[in-house]
Amino acid sequence: MIRLTDIQRNFQVGDQQVHALRDINLQVTAGEYISIMGPSGSGKSTLLNMIGLLDQPTAGHYQLDGQDVTTLSDEQQARTRREKIGFVFQFFHLVPRLTAAQNIALPLMLAGMPEKQRNQKVQMALQQMGIADRAGHRPDQLSGGQRQRVAIARATVIGPAVLLADEPTGNLDSAAGTEVVKILEQLNANGLTLLVVTHDETLGKRARRRIHMIDGAIEHDTLLQNHTPPASP
Amino acid sequence: MKTRDATRFAFDALRGYRTRTLLMLLAMSIGVASVLVLTSLGEAARRYVTGEFSSLGTNLIIVLPGKSETSGGSPSLLGGTTRDLTLNDALAVSRSALINHMAPLIIGSAPVSVKNLQRDVMVVGSTSSLLDVRQWRLGKGRFLPETDITRARFVTVLGSTLKQELFGAKNALGEWVRIGDRRFRVIGIMAAQGRSFDIDVENVAFVPVAAAQMLFNTQSLFRILLDTRSRESIPRAIAFIKHTLRERHQGEEDVTLITQDAVLATFDKILRALTLTVAGIAAISLAVAGILIMNVMLVAVSQRTTEIGLLKALGVPQRQIIRLFMTEAALLSGMGAGLGLLVGQTVSSVIGYFYPALPLGTPWWAFLAAIGVALGTGLLFSLLPARRAAQLDPVQALARR
Repeated sequence: MIRLTDIQRNFQVGDQQVHALRDINLQVTAGEYISIMGPSGSGKSTLLNMIGLLDQPTAGHYQLDGQDVTTLSDEQQARTRREKIGFVFQFFHLVPRLTAAQNIALPLMLAGMPEKQRNQKVQMALQQMGIADRAGHRPDQLSGGQRQRVAIARATVIGPAVLLADEPTGNLDSAAGTEVVKILEQLNANGLTLLVVTHDETLGKRARRRIHMIDGAIEHDTLLQNHTPPASP
Repeated sequence: MKTRDATRFAFDALRGYRTRTLLMLLAMSIGVASVLVLTSLGEAARRYVTGEFSSLGTNLIIVLPGKSETSGGSPSLLGGTTRDLTLNDALAVSRSALINHMAPLIIGSAPVSVKNLQRDVMVVGSTSSLLDVRQWRLGKGRFLPETDITRARFVTVLGSTLKQELFGAKNALGEWVRIGDRRFRVIGIMAAQGRSFDIDVENVAFVPVAAAQMLFNTQSLFRILLDTRSRESIPRAIAFIKHTLRERHQGEEDVTLITQDAVLATFDKILRALTLTVAGIAAISLAVAGILIMNVMLVAVSQRTTEIGLLKALGVPQRQIIRLFMTEAALLSGMGAGLGLLVGQTVSSVIGYFYPALPLGTPWWAFLAAIGVALGTGLLFSLLPARRAAQLDPVQALARR
């Protein structure tokens, strides 16, 4: 589903070239559960942003569902992002003035879905995340775990093919983190492709396929056969 | 994204940042209100002045002694008078068939007294035609007699206030008053009608022109008022008057003719320009409001950097982000303009309450201009912040907490 070929990403910092990604070759098939680990600055977030079309490669090709997406216009890329990709961030990035339900409805609203249909979908997502009683609360009235669940609901409400999570538990206590991981893995079990960037070894080891990055390059890419994550992280 | 949703999203954003929204609304509404109030004041001044001129009567030609090259204004102060206008001049010009009415004017100030009551008022020497030329209304009795105007008859018509002050509620018709050193019989009282442009009709004594000549010991007329039969005959009448007076004044053209149309047009032009100038000055405050909007919008963009990053991550194209911010700006300036209209109309009606004589009324173009400029500046000055928002790098935008 995702095919990265010889991806390079260079930044110009002062008069120095920084190679954030070098020669990345990666194939992801639908339904995979992949963790991307590595020290800070190893390029794992850049890789995730690249896959999420938030960042453009300096060189190389990126095929998503057989389509070369690096050459798309801003409009087309935005559309692809909207329809196929969901993001979950470390700092949730909920819109503070909107309620939980409104935050979840945001992508549907931006896609132009009528309100009735929208409300139905949002209700289902709220139920699924177990936060139906929090629908009318604003983010500052929610706990960290609840916020992240709202964020996950928002990322998945439109039905994307890939969910990209950048340190999804990085800002949560362990109990809340466990909840969030459970939800993410449940979504993966239902067929959603899941890519998780994390520092956390225990979280990273739950994935069947683990990618380790150093200095912008993939060092290991291990796929465990017959791997089932422990029942509780 | 549906327009209704975009509008609601923008509205929520405005509600989310209350202080900045209120500040912008304030700036916008002050701008709009000042445009409206100032233009309505300017318009009021214009209508007041032109209204006063219209009340002079239509088809009016005013003959002034002395020649001045300037149009409008008061030429008798500028040009040196070479020859006086006399009663015979007035009679000569009135002989034309083009002239309907002719009223010579001598104006002076004299004490008017009854027994020991005395008032210093304006005394106007003229003829019976004055009433028609100026379209004034008589209250009681008769106006000046329609006899040979060169004969001095000592009768007078009093303004309503003057009559009240001298006679109170008592009957004044047929009574004698002393004007200057002569006695005049009261033959008429003017109706109460307020001030009419140059003469306070309520506080004046009218006497026959020949009597005024004796009273003030002068042969020269202050001016001659002429009324032509139709508007179209004004140019021919002017030519005739000029010709007649040149012949009578040894070939010298030493009078100035003013038509009401010319005066009206001049004043109208001047006052309209004044209104536009004032409106332009007020529009500067709208431009300032626009710059404030740009400033606040730029702050909003940097305040909401992560939100913009998020919108991009959710698949909102640049065009739509611009649209969202422009919707916000349009809402802001629209509401500001609405508020400004309200404030402007309130201020106008308060002014109107205290100065009822002013024919206040905001011209329709001022409404359009104020709202148009408000929306225009709001949108124009939001274009840059909106574009900046749209071009934000989502990765960097989201990297911030």
